[in-house]
Amino acid sequence: MKILLITEQREGKWNKTSFETLSAAQQALKQTGGTLSGVVIGTGVAALADDLAGYDMNEVLLVEHDLLNQYTPDGFTLALRQVVESAKPDLVLMPHTYQVRDFAPKLAASLGKGMIGDCTGYRYEGGKLIFVRQMFQGRTAADVVFEGDAPWIATFQAGAFRGDQAAKRQDAKAPVKAVSVELQPDQIRTKPLELFREAKQAVDLTQAPLLVAIGRGIKAPENIQLAEKLAKALGAELAASRPICDEGWLPMDRQIGSSGQTVAPKLYLALGISGAIQHVVGMKGSRTIVAINKDQNAPIFEVADYGIVGDLFEIVPALTEELEKSKAS
Amino acid sequence: MKIGVCVKQVPAKDAPLAIAETGAWIREADIGFETNEPDGFALEEALRLKEKHGGEVVAISMGPERVKQTIKEALAKGADRGIHIVDDQFFKLDPLGSARSIAAAIQNEKFDLILTGLQSDDQGFGQTGVLLAELLGLPHATIIMQIEVTEGHMKLKRELEAGWFQWVELPLPAVLSIQSGINKPRYATLKGIMAAKKKEIALVQRGSLGVPDALTQRVQKIYIPQKTKKTEFLTGTPKEIAAKLVEKLKHDARVL
Repeated sequence: MKILLITEQREGKWNKTSFETLSAAQQALKQTGGTLSGVVIGTGVAALADDLAGYDMNEVLLVEHDLLNQYTPDGFTLALRQVVESAKPDLVLMPHTYQVRDFAPKLAASLGKGMIGDCTGYRYEGGKLIFVRQMFQGRTAADVVFEGDAPWIATFQAGAFRGDQAAKRQDAKAPVKAVSVELQPDQIRTKPLELFREAKQAVDLTQAPLLVAIGRGIKAPENIQLAEKLAKALGAELAASRPICDEGWLPMDRQIGSSGQTVAPKLYLALGISGAIQHVVGMKGSRTIVAINKDQNAPIFEVADYGIVGDLFEIVPALTEELEKSKAS
Repeated sequence: MKIGVCVKQVPAKDAPLAIAETGAWIREADIGFETNEPDGFALEEALRLKEKHGGEVVAISMGPERVKQTIKEALAKGADRGIHIVDDQFFKLDPLGSARSIAAAIQNEKFDLILTGLQSDDQGFGQTGVLLAELLGLPHATIIMQIEVTEGHMKLKRELEAGWFQWVELPLPAVLSIQSGINKPRYATLKGIMAAKKKEIALVQRGSLGVPDALTQRVQKIYIPQKTKKTEFLTGTPKEIAAKLVEKLKHDARVL
């Protein structure tokens, strides 16, 4: 099997999930046999190609063009389509980033192919790769296979593989080959303007050792004080899933998940959070996870060390009281 | 502005899910359905654009008879008419097959703008908007947090990862996938519900669209995921549970 790994960078800095997908590609090749080519795409990114060449792969393809300086779905699709057509891989792998989800389906469709997106893993059975992804907001998993001829395109969810386990090359670096692509300015319909951050992050939740996080189960803004009291008794910071911040009940800088902060505290206490993928990717690295939820099938329990099925409005005050008692004693 | 908005019907959030005998889908018989929440934000954005710039909003949905309810809800909120692409076996389609069907059904509408939600809460492929753009030859942008329309152009605020955003400009016509939370979707009014009864829902049989049946990917089976962690469930009265948990956090997990 020939695998083409498409990495992601912005302004010359790696998106680290690239190495998670590299790790996935290296593991898959141990089972399927074959070769791995890593793609670096952009403008002035030769240093990144050299960095990537230090990892265990057969070659690095350096795709540079003035029109690829800033990401556009048209530019990246047109360029990568040419790369795929010349490299003729069986499988194209990418990390499932916001940028990839913006262009990868277009790349697949422009080749008349399908894309299996946001996979959490794969299995190799009977000479065939089976991709595992979540459905129904993580309440079920699904085994998905490609139909029809290669190339096949798949993307892996952030955190699905360990980037720090990507194997380096033992000997000299892999060869870096420049691949030229044809692009015209009028083919690019999007005009990217400035990148910016909203108001400065007031709270850096990534540094908090203990977090109490609330989700939809908190039901109303006036109930948040229950979670605040618990957080105070624990000495924890307050965090939330996306719907809470969308409602404006807590500021955006308290949001955990793919569009918020990624945290790995000592303790993560999830109150009324169902555990949709977008939230779980932001907190599953926590050392100890406690989940309180009324639905025993809530996906949050899949990552929880301690689970409590019940009414948070009864359990949270009891827990706050117990913590205050144990502190006093 | 003529705006098409794709709305999907999905199992209700609290619906108990059971796997169907075929193993590749859920048992639909006994559960409730609702409009896919992310699509509600796309519909609201379409209605606001119409209120500002004039024009028409068309709600498009695909699936069996029951999805009419989702179209009716959109009409009650203010969409002008609906297109129902009828297919009882809709769940078997892959993302490309779904998008090809929608593209074929709406290509003669010549929309100025097509909006979709970010992803569906059932299959969650998150590809429909991007695929529609490619199939219809239109530019696109995804994860949109703000839309400003000026003469044949749009200025859009895209959400990137880790708190970053970017402004981009795009010509019309185009396809946008809307980020959840961009607005606060309205509720249907009684007047709106009454008015919706007179609005047209055009039926298009998916089988008549000439979309090839061949799949690019196939869901072999769905199942309750295997736990990656062993969860210890604590039971008892709230007071007992609280005492047990504090004990565990102190002595077993050692996080207090």
